[in-house]
Amino acid sequence: MLKIEPRKNRSNFLEVSAPVIAVILTMIFGGFLFLSMGKNPFEAIKLIFWDPIMSPTFSEYSRPQLVIKAAPLILIALGLSFGFRANIWNIGAEGQYIMGALFSGSIGLALYPLDAWFIFPLMILGGIIGGIFWAMIPAILKIKFNTNEILVSLMLVYVAEQILALASISFLRNPEGLGFPGSRDLSKYPSASNPELIANSGIHVGVICSFIAVVFLTYFLTYHRLGFQIKLIGQAPKAAKFSGVNVNYIVIFCLGLSGGLAGIAGMFELTGPAGLINIDFNVGYGFTAIIVAFLGRLHPIGILFAGLLMSLTYVGGELAQFMLSIPAAAIQVFQGMLLFFLLSTDLLVSYKISFNLGINNSNPKSKSE
Amino acid sequence: MKILKICSIILSTLFVSSFAIASDMKVGFIMVGPLDDHGWNYQHSVGIKAINEAFGDKVETIYQENVPEGPDAERVMTQMVLSGADMIFATSFGHMDPVINVAKKFPDVKFEHATGFKTADNVSTYSARFYEGRSVIGHIAGKVTKSNKIGYVASYPIPEVVRGINSAYLAAKAANPDVEFKVIWIFTWFDPAKEADAAKTLIQQGADVIMQHVDSSAIMTVAEEAGVFAYGQASDMSEFGPNAHLTAIINGWGPYYVKRVKEAMDGTWKGKQETFDGIGDGMVIIGKMSDKIPASVRKEAQDLADSIASGDIHPFTGPINKQDGSPWLADGEEADIGTLLGMNFYVEGIEGDIPQ
Repeated sequence: MLKIEPRKNRSNFLEVSAPVIAVILTMIFGGFLFLSMGKNPFEAIKLIFWDPIMSPTFSEYSRPQLVIKAAPLILIALGLSFGFRANIWNIGAEGQYIMGALFSGSIGLALYPLDAWFIFPLMILGGIIGGIFWAMIPAILKIKFNTNEILVSLMLVYVAEQILALASISFLRNPEGLGFPGSRDLSKYPSASNPELIANSGIHVGVICSFIAVVFLTYFLTYHRLGFQIKLIGQAPKAAKFSGVNVNYIVIFCLGLSGGLAGIAGMFELTGPAGLINIDFNVGYGFTAIIVAFLGRLHPIGILFAGLLMSLTYVGGELAQFMLSIPAAAIQVFQGMLLFFLLSTDLLVSYKISFNLGINNSNPKSKSE
Repeated sequence: MKILKICSIILSTLFVSSFAIASDMKVGFIMVGPLDDHGWNYQHSVGIKAINEAFGDKVETIYQENVPEGPDAERVMTQMVLSGADMIFATSFGHMDPVINVAKKFPDVKFEHATGFKTADNVSTYSARFYEGRSVIGHIAGKVTKSNKIGYVASYPIPEVVRGINSAYLAAKAANPDVEFKVIWIFTWFDPAKEADAAKTLIQQGADVIMQHVDSSAIMTVAEEAGVFAYGQASDMSEFGPNAHLTAIINGWGPYYVKRVKEAMDGTWKGKQETFDGIGDGMVIIGKMSDKIPASVRKEAQDLADSIASGDIHPFTGPINKQDGSPWLADGEEADIGTLLGMNFYVEGIEGDIPQ
């Protein structure tokens, strides 16, 4: 008979150690998963968690790759976390990411081949505006008509994907691309490219930007009045209203922030690693960032580590796939386990499980609970 | 102590066994989708098996599924090279720029890219003249359709797909002058739900033969339920529609893969090669034809395939006009390879527009 009871005080020990326990549990159960497929579990876990950081063969290349892959996840998750704290559920960051890339890409391609210093900053601005624009649709609909922002933002992802496909085969298509879909390669257009900051590492401005965003938003959440109000709305919506918090303003702010950050992430990905607008430009960062936001417990510093961890499971997961012939689906199950165990250990922070052997069971109701 | 001992035994056996492979060469493959798609990616895995059978322990093959067409592909290929791969096959069109970028960093590694148009000193491309197969199945479609409406589920409006539509249409029209083509573009290579929806729409519009240039077997399942005909794409899909399945265009990568790996081992491998093989070379294979096709049509189709293989018939032989009525090929003239590789227009008679 298991019984779940609320704790009187949240467990500080578990608050800190829950993510670590979740990772360890994922390793154990993931190990059994790999073992059941006839793969060496120790080698698989080592390839995923150790080799990208420490192995002499891979680490020199994969260390910067971890940060590059994590950067868009961190940027998007940071924005989402503010909304999630205030119970504003933006599920459509993927669409805002696409629109950010499309807006900035359109600016860059429209000015091609002009050589000027202002093009790149203008494109950053375009990315932000594109993301905010796409996020304002669910925000305004929510305020005016009380629509559900989860559905509206999610559906707009598919609209954005269609616009992306249209752009790649029509108005942004590379005129020198022999009729194939896809725009010009912006990474080869100096005024619009997002170059490597450290030679051969691939580390670009977007990576630095995501670190700055972590620091800035940590400060904002802790010290700014708006950060406090967001926390208040999530924890006690009625109290927040009585204390004069303008809920509509918070909706606009949270969706705008997440849209803007998703848009800028799209812009950096476009001008850096991806290089060009194409039909398959988006690879799901906007959805994975939701996991990252929760894995990081909706706190900017936590999100920084969660983004890096998530990126590690991608980069390391790839190594495990081709070194041991593990199917891609098994790696996705492994990533899913991580979230599952995190959410389940989270429960233990504010609840405790007591084992009731039925000896002193005076309350028969508890059995059915 | 006993537990420790057992653990150490397990550990040592596990580690020793997996590091005991030594081979002359390591070949890596990246695929855009899952290996068990029963279509495009699956046929590449058949090619990998052919390498394993031909070379045994001498060649180690590694692969990765679900590699997106962008920076992720670049990372996966780089990691494969770092793990010791001497040769990489990238099997999707969108892996093109990543291949070129990675090849520049590793001039000693040999790269092969399927269906692309960019080569380098250490990058060669390979593709199949699928339009030859499309011509054969187009002929069958023209003969077996009762409604004279043929549905076509297309992926992206790139030359390869447009070429296939044109080739199938020309053959169908030659077999049955009343035939009409309805094309739906779904902008994905692999999305069973979208593919099924497109097929259902085409069937509602009266199509009784469905062709596809997308990778999953969903359309075959829909066709079986609706009692119409369809073709296997890239591999035989008859298990998904025993009654619907007319025949299949099967991609035969095995012989090419074995040949190129052998050349790499012998030191005769060259970059900047653009292979474009067809039925005659075994890269395009017409699958088993269903009993639902009348015997006479089966024979015609086989004869057509044989004539294409021998070079007697070119699927694009004039007179052919473009969709707008302007002349493309004069009587008896055969299409040149450049026009085919960049084909971005429908031939006369096909309705609708290529999405621009």
